[in-house]
Formats: sequence, C-alpha cells, structure tokens
Amino acid sequence: MTTALKINGKQHQVDLPDDVPLLWVLRDEVGLTGTKFGCGVAACGACTVHIDGEAVRSCQVALSDVWGDVTTIEGIGAPDTLAAIQQAWVDHQVAQCGYCQSGQIMQATALLAENPAPTDADIDEAMQGNLCRCGTYPRIRAAIHDAASKLKEA
Amino acid sequence: MGKVGKILRRTFLIGSAAIVGGVAFGAYYVTRPAANPLKPGEGQAALNPFVLIDQNGVTLFAPRAEMGQGVKTTWAALIAEELDVDLDQITVLHGPAAAAYYNSALVGEGLPNKGYDISNFQHNLGEALGVLGKTLSLQVTGGSTSMKDGFERMRQAGASARETLKRAAADRLGVDPLELQTASGHVIAPNGDKIAYSELAEDAAGLEPVEVPLRDPSEWRYLGRTQPRLDMVGKVTGTAEFGVDVRLPGMKFAAVRMNPKLGGAMNGFDDGAAQSMPGVEKIVDLGTGVAVIANNTWLANQAVEAIDVDWGDAPYPPETDGIFAKIAEAFDDAPNSTMRDDGDVSVTPEGATEITAEYQVPYLAHATMEPMNATALYTGNAVELWCGNQAPTLIQFRVANTANLDTEAVQIHTTYLGGGFGRRGELDFGEIATKVAMTMPGTPVQTTWSREEDMRHDYYRPGAIARMRGAVHDGKAVLIDGKVAAQSPTQQAVERYTGFPGGGPDKVLVEGFFNQPYAVPNYRMSGHIADLAVPVGFWRSVGNSHNGFFHETFMDEMAHAAGRDPLEFRLELMKSEHAPSSGCLEAVKEMSGWTGQTPEGVGRGVAFTYSFGTPVAQVIEVVDEDGTIRINKAWIACDMGLALDPDNVKAQMFGGMIYGLSAACYGEITFADGEAEQFNFPDYDAIRMHTAPQVEVRVLETNRHMGGAGEPGTPPSMPALGNALFDLTGERARSLPLINQFNLLV
Repeated sequence: MTTALKINGKQHQVDLPDDVPLLWVLRDEVGLTGTKFGCGVAACGACTVHIDGEAVRSCQVALSDVWGDVTTIEGIGAPDTLAAIQQAWVDHQVAQCGYCQSGQIMQATALLAENPAPTDADIDEAMQGNLCRCGTYPRIRAAIHDAASKLKEA
Repeated sequence: MGKVGKILRRTFLIGSAAIVGGVAFGAYYVTRPAANPLKPGEGQAALNPFVLIDQNGVTLFAPRAEMGQGVKTTWAALIAEELDVDLDQITVLHGPAAAAYYNSALVGEGLPNKGYDISNFQHNLGEALGVLGKTLSLQVTGGSTSMKDGFERMRQAGASARETLKRAAADRLGVDPLELQTASGHVIAPNGDKIAYSELAEDAAGLEPVEVPLRDPSEWRYLGRTQPRLDMVGKVTGTAEFGVDVRLPGMKFAAVRMNPKLGGAMNGFDDGAAQSMPGVEKIVDLGTGVAVIANNTWLANQAVEAIDVDWGDAPYPPETDGIFAKIAEAFDDAPNSTMRDDGDVSVTPEGATEITAEYQVPYLAHATMEPMNATALYTGNAVELWCGNQAPTLIQFRVANTANLDTEAVQIHTTYLGGGFGRRGELDFGEIATKVAMTMPGTPVQTTWSREEDMRHDYYRPGAIARMRGAVHDGKAVLIDGKVAAQSPTQQAVERYTGFPGGGPDKVLVEGFFNQPYAVPNYRMSGHIADLAVPVGFWRSVGNSHNGFFHETFMDEMAHAAGRDPLEFRLELMKSEHAPSSGCLEAVKEMSGWTGQTPEGVGRGVAFTYSFGTPVAQVIEVVDEDGTIRINKAWIACDMGLALDPDNVKAQMFGGMIYGLSAACYGEITFADGEAEQFNFPDYDAIRMHTAPQVEVRVLETNRHMGGAGEPGTPPSMPALGNALFDLTGERARSLPLINQFNLLV
C-alpha cells in the first residue's frame, strides 16, 4: 500500500509501513537528507520540518499521520536562491558543524511566520527545543533578529 | 609516470622547508618523501599534497576534517594568500587518507614542557620533532593543532605553486619570471596579457618546483581578517553532506546493537521476532553485537531492538561508586608523573594558612549532534568507506584489518562531521560498518547508531578525582600540592590504535594542572593512573577538561582563604610568569567591569586555563531569579598569538565555553549493572537557547607562538561557573554536574 505525500510542493508516493516516522521517509525513501536525525525522541529538534506551516519534529509523526503539506529545509531556499532567513544565517556566520542548523532554521522560520518581531524571550521560548552542541546560540539569536528586521523592510 | 617523480620531490621540498635546522633523526625521515596521495591524472599537476590545479581551476585538498571549527576556510586562505587566487576560486575538498598529511603539530604537543615557558629553541625542536608525526602516519584532526600545523606548510605550498606557475609562463612567453605578476588565478605578462593557472598546469608539472620566501604579514589580504566560511551556504540549505547523508545506488540501511556492558561478550541471541519484521533483509552476528540490514534505518532499528540478546558482564565494577573507589585507589600507588615539582611542598611555610579540598568530576559522553555512522561498500577485494572522521589514516588501517585487506585496498571518503569533539577520532563506527557491509558484498550499507547506542557506547571523558593542598600567606599563594587520579585515555587510545599497551608519563592526564602560569614558589603536581577498563577517550580539551576545574576551583578557594579578590589574587601570581596570560585576565576584568563586588542576587566567577598554547580567561555571571539560577553573561579573552580568522576564533571560543558549561551544568554518565544509565538527551541535557549566556569575546594577539582555538575555550568555563555560584550562594561546588547541587534553570 502506498501513501501519498506532498513535499516541497511535489507529490510523492511512498511504499513503507504506516508507522515509519516522516523523518525516515524523507531521508531514506525520498532522499531529502537536509532534515537530520539527532535523537529520535523529539528532544533535539534536528528533524524539524513544517506540516502546513507548523514546525513539527518529524521523528514523531508517523507516515499515516502526516496531516498536510510538508516543507523541509530544501523547500525553504537553495544555495543560489537563499531565503531571507538563510541569508541572515550566512551574514552572521552561524553554523559551526552545521548538523543542527536545518532544524534551527525550520523552527525559526515558523517563529517568524507567527511572530514577525520576536523578543529575546520569544526566541528563548520558541527555540529551546533545538539543541546545538557547538553552542552557536548567540549567533542564531542575532540572525533571527536580523531576519525579522529584513523581512519587515521587505 | 615521470610526472609522479617530480611530484615526490615537490613533497620533499615542502616537507624539508617546514623544519628549520632539523635534527638528524627527523631529517632522515623527512628526506624520504611520502607518496603523493592525489595521484594526478593526465592534464593535471599536483604541485604538492595540498593543492591541485587542473582545467577546472584550483582545488585545495584540506588535510583536516571540517568538524565545525572552520578549518576549511582558513586553510584555503593560507593557500590563497601566497598563490594569488580569490577565495571563491578555490574548491576545497577533504584530502584522502594519506601518509603525506602527517600532523606535525600534534606530536609537538607531546614534549614535556609547560608550553607557555617554551623558548624559541624548544619551539623549533618541537617543530622538528613534528616529523615523528610523519613516521607514525598520523592524519588527525585534534589537539587544536590545525592552524599551528598548517600555517607554514600551506603558505609554502601556495608560494611554491605560484612561482612554479610563473616559471611555466615565463618559458612559454620567453621572458624572465621576474617580469611576471600574478593575480586572481592568472599569471600576468609584461604587456598585460593574462594566462590562467589552469592553462599552465600541465607545463608546470614538468618543472622543478621553485622555492621562495613567504610574504611579509604586512602584505596579507586574507590572513588575520575574517573570511566568510566556505561551508556556510551548504550548511544553511541542508545540502552539506554529512556521513549520515551519503546516498549511493542500491544502498541499504542498517542499525546496530553492541553490548551495553562495555567490552563484555555476547553469549547468544534470539532473532526470531526480528526476522519477519517489515523491511528486514539480513540479521548480522557481529560477535560482540548484532546488526540488522533493512531498506530503511528506522525499520532496521525496530528490528534490532526486537532481538533478545544475552550479554556478558562488563570488565569493570558495575556501579559508579565502585568505579570511583577504584579511581581513588590510584592515589595509593606511586604517581605516573610529577611534571611540576618546584620548591618544597613537604612543609607548610611558617605562618601560612593551609587549606585542603577534594574534587570529583563524572564520566562524560561526547554527544555529537550526528550520531555515529558510516557507509561501507565491500567488493571482496576492496572497501570504500564514507564517514565523518578525525583520523582517516587510522580508520583505513582498522578497516583494512577488519576486511583482511591491504590498506591500499581501502579508500576513505571523509564527509563533513556533525560534531567531532574527539569522538570521531575513534575507529569503532568504521569497523562496525565494514563488518556489516561485508555480509552483503557489492551492496553499499549505511550503518547508523541510534542516539541511545551512541550515548551508551562512547569512549567517555574519564571520571576524575583531585586532592589538593595549598597554603596562603600575606594574601599570596605560597604552596600548591595537587594530585589527580583518572583513567588514561592516552594509554587506552595507543592500545586501540596500535595493539600495543601505551606507557610512560602521561602528560595529557595532568595538562591544565601542572602547566599553569602562576608563580607559586612551592608547587607540585602529580598524576595517578587508575587501572580500569571503562572505555575512555579524548573529549574536547581532554585532561584540561577536568584539571581546569580542579586547579581553578582551588585557586578560588585559596583566594578566599587569603582574603583576596579572586581575580586580583590570580593576576598577581601570573604577571611575572607569563604576560599573555595575565593580559587575558586584565581583559576580562575590564570587559566585565569587574569590581569584586556583586549586587544581591548576582554572582560572578573568574577562571583561567592555559591549554593548547592558548591562555583563556573567563568571567561568568549568574543571577538568582525567584530561586532559580540562570547563567546570564560571560566574558572571554584569549591570546593565541596570530589569529588567522578572528571571527571564527570568537565562534570557537564561545562554542567551546558552551560545550564546557553543558557538561558543568548537566553532564554525567553513571553506571548501573555495568551499563551507562543515560540513554538520550533527556538524560544528558545541554545548554540550550534559553540557558545560554550573552557572551562577549576579545581576541588578543600578543602571544609569541600560535596556539589552538577549538579546545581552549572549554576548560575555564566549568570553574568560572562554579566560582560564580559560590559568589552567589556561598556554597562551594566541589563536584560536577552542578545541577546536583544548585537549582539551575533547565
């Protein structure tokens, strides 16, 4: 039995058991490896994607439970067409090892969609589920503020 | 193949130029060039092991892994500075595992001096002894050595390439090379005509390499200035390829379970339930564990979890208490080393006040964001292995041994590392992936560890105990007598890498302990090695990670016993001993507006560690918010001498500090029934956005010798926080993690 998924605007038919988490559908079946595996228990945020614009941990959403259109980091912007938030990440030279940054950017994108001018407290609240072992938090915070002001001007 | 002969001599040119004066022992090896690992094809000229110029332009083979420290960008800048190419004209790839990429600086760190007091003579000797690294075929990313190692060699590589290309152009144009200029990847003729380097590559390959002096730093365009990281766009678009992202045609996915009683046997297993689970293609008996190969990583993991395994016992005491009792027993034996023994510590000076303290820190996991993994393709007579790793030559040996092949039959592809911190210098993930893939010849298999498997099968930062005795008199430290006991990651690693037991005085066990730049007249520091079989390894800053806490917490206790401000107390002892170190303390004093006084509800602590050639001082401020303590601010000053990329150095400094604060606040691996009790991030949390302090970093450049950047930010963070908590609460933190003692924000 196949399941239909719309990912980054494109239709996919997936032939996997219903309980396989979306993360592993994306990575091992669809080949979208920008979404990362970090913990498998929704404790690190590396696997964050959007379903109908809402930030979710894809390691916790079973294939049969995907309730809407999926957007992954690949759907946010590509190297030659960076989204404003990705450009802010580049401008602030945020990434070190870079492994968590897809999830950070997906979480921050959802935050800015909901709250175009987040305070530090808002950022603390929204981003605390996203772990970064390199400790890039100060630059993530600066990049979110910067992206917010750039998006406001646009 | 005459071209290869030329290339070998070029390798020699670079190698010989890198050592000044040299010593007979080293010179013998250095004059035997290592084979060029790049094997240039027709129409390509590999001017040395680091830079390849062909029709596609300039490719830099960075001999170190990019694990977040920005090495890729800074090595490119080193080459570009002399080669006269723009940074964005360079393609940077990880070099293949090859003996030519010996890591000279890492071996230099092994010399038994304090580091900060190194004379120019010793410094040169250290550089010369670096050739030992070559003979041992080390290609290691670690020890905060990347820039120290690359600084001379990469620029020489660039300069030699530039002048050889000019010679090729001069021959073609029939002019003197002195009449030619170079810019943006071109040789420029006297009449203004430009010839691209790529067009000259083939001619240059036939020439003897040209050796020239390096440019004066006043001419630098890239070095000493912040450059945009070459890996940044890939890392913000999900297109940077980590080990776990490798995708090959026909690839299968595997999950693994090894004995959680680390080092114990596997007595047997029942895979009846697993065999019929969805997606399962094969169940693999690894001897000391099991793996499942499937069409999806998650399905493989579900099945491997369903195997009922009978695990044998661990070869160490099964409970944490028993392990620490064994560590404490090491104090009863003669010390493994006493690398500092100044004055006489046997008697407390007349009129001095004596203080003693015992400290203890736990075992720690590395917990890289990307769990351990590797992808292997076994064809019967060769293995290709893809993974993020810190030691490709060592992994190559291990994989070859595992597959019973010559090392030449093993090709290592190093991807980006989703964190290293020392964990990816180990070889287990490569060996396991190879064993799994060997059961499916011709099919690439990616073996990914679950987070639980990763956290419970680490080579942990060893738990450690310190016993300190000190004396203060007239507001000054007059005696420090310290002993540290822990397992030796160095001895274990030598045995893992070579099969032979490591021995001799272990400098790493006492680094950050014996070599701190304080002028204390009676000063003895000893290291005791605990004989235990808990797997231990190199964790960001290694021995400094526990010794920084021990030494600097004790300094704080002594300052208070002396009735002195803890910053001024340190500064006074340091000023005459090492100016770059006291400069760091002065800097954080000024940056933080340190007065020694804090308002109610605010605490501040200072700490300092000299490690990897770099002094680092930190002030940390904590605040009490309705009974919950939050780390509010941090100030860092470091002095590694020349900072090749100052913004990147800042990132390494605050990143290193946050890694240390994560451990100080929450990090602890404990054992029950021989198994690590922590499974995943909920049991082993780290600093997050809301618990991270605001941070300000100052990069000083007065140090005469280049120090490291990746690790020195870690050690002082833990004592600085403990000392701040003392200032806030009056309670001294003598063990970690602090969450066990203080009501920290989580």
